[in-house]
Amino acid sequence: MSTKNIEELEREFQAKIDADIKIEPNDWMPEGYRKTLMRQISQHAHSEIVGMLPEGNWITRAPSLKRKAVLLAKVQDEAGHGLYLYSAAETLGLDREKSIDDLHSGKAKYSSIFNYPTLTWADMGTIGWLVDGAAIMNQVPLCRCSYGPYARAMVRVCKEESFHQRQGFEIVSLLANGTAEQKQMAQDSLNRFWWPALMMFGPNDDNSPNSAQSIKWKIKRSSNDELRQQFIDVTVTQAEMVGLTIPDKDLKWNEARGSYDFGTINWEEFNQVIQGNGPCNKERIDARRNAKENGAWVREAANAFAEKRKKKELTH
Amino acid sequence: MSSKEWPLWEIFIRSKQGLSHKHVGSLRAADAQMAIDNARDVYTRRSEGISIWVIESKLVTASDPDESAEFFEPSESKIYRHPTFYNVPDGISHM
Ligand SMILES: [Fe+2]
Ligand SMILES: [Fe+2]
Repeated sequence: MSTKNIEELEREFQAKIDADIKIEPNDWMPEGYRKTLMRQISQHAHSEIVGMLPEGNWITRAPSLKRKAVLLAKVQDEAGHGLYLYSAAETLGLDREKSIDDLHSGKAKYSSIFNYPTLTWADMGTIGWLVDGAAIMNQVPLCRCSYGPYARAMVRVCKEESFHQRQGFEIVSLLANGTAEQKQMAQDSLNRFWWPALMMFGPNDDNSPNSAQSIKWKIKRSSNDELRQQFIDVTVTQAEMVGLTIPDKDLKWNEARGSYDFGTINWEEFNQVIQGNGPCNKERIDARRNAKENGAWVREAANAFAEKRKKKELTH
Repeated sequence: MSSKEWPLWEIFIRSKQGLSHKHVGSLRAADAQMAIDNARDVYTRRSEGISIWVIESKLVTASDPDESAEFFEPSESKIYRHPTFYNVPDGISHM
């Protein structure tokens, strides 16, 4: 049995992290590390699952069979992402049922972006392009996260995300090069989603008190503001290519920084949405709750079927 | 209403003939057959597999990471088990 005291264990733990040795489920880890990861991974899982709703809204109304098949495949992938992540969180001792109940009671958080409505077909394009695009920016560094199961889940997720972004960008560019009305629809969608997409990277670094510890533990590999800047820098060119205008009059190339300067984010709006007062928070949580309640009979039936199959096997 | 939670299963996938099954993650399902069906949807949506094994997570016995230094020491100290331990004189080939 190990007789090391907590300081020794913590020192050894940090030494492993510093040497880029991954932490695996049964390894000793500080309680703070476990809690931070459980919160982050479960919030991430909830975001994948709630994220199915705004797009699920358009599956029956996709403009062609091809678009419908693509959207269906994308939404199914998001369900898969949620499952990889719940499993990763379970390796830390997360109680999955309880965590889902916390989502349904409003105690657990998920990405603020999914509390905005999807009003037109163009939103399916913009979500893939910007929302999945921002998610990729966030998730690529997480593939190198110090916690093995989370990093491995992220590798799978990132492989699948690139199709999400491309199919979205394809929708946007077709609309942007279509009729005047179609182009207007794409522009309107970009106008509505641009700022919420920037908020996906979280508060400014000065207002992100736990970031330093997460970076020290290599749970996070880049800061919120670094990732946001990176996202803006690549996306502006893409918008220009398809002839759409980023809705920010302060957006300007800064030669000295080699990056775009951009306007101020409405953090008051961000905080309101996080606190549950976004346009669709209630609708999203209601939909999740209904899905769980209305699906109870399916879970029971599966249990009953498993029982029956087991009995049959025993009598053979 | 029954609130019996489905057990957790570890999922192993053979990606192609000639390779061994490899652990890819876990999922919950009511029984082994349903775990296989779910694993197909969760882990092989892009032809990642041609064969799936599932095993209930609670049946896995693992070595203790806290003892791994002592436990794996016998192989650490036997460097003569590796071909690089031996000198092969210049001019000798096919060895
Ligand atoms: Fe996703
Ligand atoms: Fe996605």
